[in-house]
Amino acid sequence: MAKELPQIPGNKLPLILISFFIVLFCIGVFTDEPSRVLEQSWQICLSCIGIG
Amino acid sequence: MELLRNWFQAAILVLTNASWSFPFTRSLYQGPLKVLCSPGLNCYSCPAATVACPIGALQQLLLSIRMTLANGQFYIGFYIIGSMGFLGAIFGRMVCGWACPFGFMQELLHKIPSPKFGVPRPLRFVKYALLALTVVILPLVVINDFGMGLPWFCKFICPAGTLEAGLPMLFLQPDLRQIIGTLFWSKFTILVAFLVWSVLASRPFCRTTCPLGAWYALFKKAKMVRLTLDEAKCVHCQECHTVCPMGVKFDESPDDGECITCLRCLNQSCRFGAIGLEVGGLPVQAGDIRIKKTPRP
Repeated sequence: MAKELPQIPGNKLPLILISFFIVLFCIGVFTDEPSRVLEQSWQICLSCIGIG
Repeated sequence: MELLRNWFQAAILVLTNASWSFPFTRSLYQGPLKVLCSPGLNCYSCPAATVACPIGALQQLLLSIRMTLANGQFYIGFYIIGSMGFLGAIFGRMVCGWACPFGFMQELLHKIPSPKFGVPRPLRFVKYALLALTVVILPLVVINDFGMGLPWFCKFICPAGTLEAGLPMLFLQPDLRQIIGTLFWSKFTILVAFLVWSVLASRPFCRTTCPLGAWYALFKKAKMVRLTLDEAKCVHCQECHTVCPMGVKFDESPDDGECITCLRCLNQSCRFGAIGLEVGGLPVQAGDIRIKKTPRP
C-alpha cells in the first residue's frame, strides 16, 4: 500500500518557497547574472519594442 | 483603502519610471538601479524606466543561453526567477493589484464612462499558455544560425512595450520612423485593442494575456498575504462578485488565481465579516460585521 506524503501546513509552504527562491536568487548573483541583466537593460532592443 | 491602493500604484508607477532626463538625453536611463526587477510589467526600454522588466530580462537570458553557456557563463535566469518567485511567494497577484503600472493604467481607463462588459472566464487560461510558450519555450527552442532565439512575448505581443517604449522612442528619435513596418503596426493594433478593451472591461490584459500575472497566479495557494473566507459567516449574497475587478467569485473560490488582493471585497462589499486578510497564517484584518448571519429556515 502506497504511503501518503506528509502534508505541509498551509502557512509553512510560503516560507519554504521564499527560502527556495532566495537560494535561486543568490545562485543567480553568484553566477554574475545581475551584470548581464544590467548590460541588457542599458540597450534598446528595437525589434523587441516593435521597431525594425 | 481603495484610495491608499491608488496612491500606492501611482507611487510605484513614478518610482519605476523616475528617469525624467530622457527628453534631453533622448535615450534610456543607464544607472545601476536597472539591475533590479520591477515587481509589475514595466518595459525597461521605456526611456524613463529605472528598473528592469522581469519578463523581458528572463526572455533575453533564455534566448541567448546557448551562447552564454558556450562562453562558460551560467546565465540561466536564476536571478530573475528568484526575484519573481520571492515576490510571488509573499504577495502572489497582490503585486498586480498594487504595484503594476500597466494594471494601474487599465484601471484608470476603466473609469471612463461607457457600457461595461465582462471577460469570458476561459480566456484566463491564455496567459498561462503565453507564459510557457512565448516567454520560456519559444525563446529557448526557436533559434537562428548563431544559436540565438527571439524575445517572443516582447517582440510580437507586449502592449506595455509598445506604449512605454515603442511610441516614446519614435518620438525621441525621429529617424526610427523610417524603419517601422508590419511588426510595429501589428503591435500598435494589439495596444489599441487592449486600451479600448480596458475601457469596456476591467483589466482585460491582466486577466487574459499577462505572463507575469500568470506566474504570480501560480502562488495562489502558497502565498504569505491572502484573503480568507469564513464559511460560517458567509451567506453567499454575491456582493463580493459585484465589486471584484478581476471577476472573482470569492465566496465560491477564495483561492482563485485571478484574485489581486485589492481588498475591495473585504472593505466595500462584505457586510457579514466573512472575508478577512491574513499574513503568514495570522489574521491581520477581519471584515467588519455590519449584519450577523441569521440561520436559514
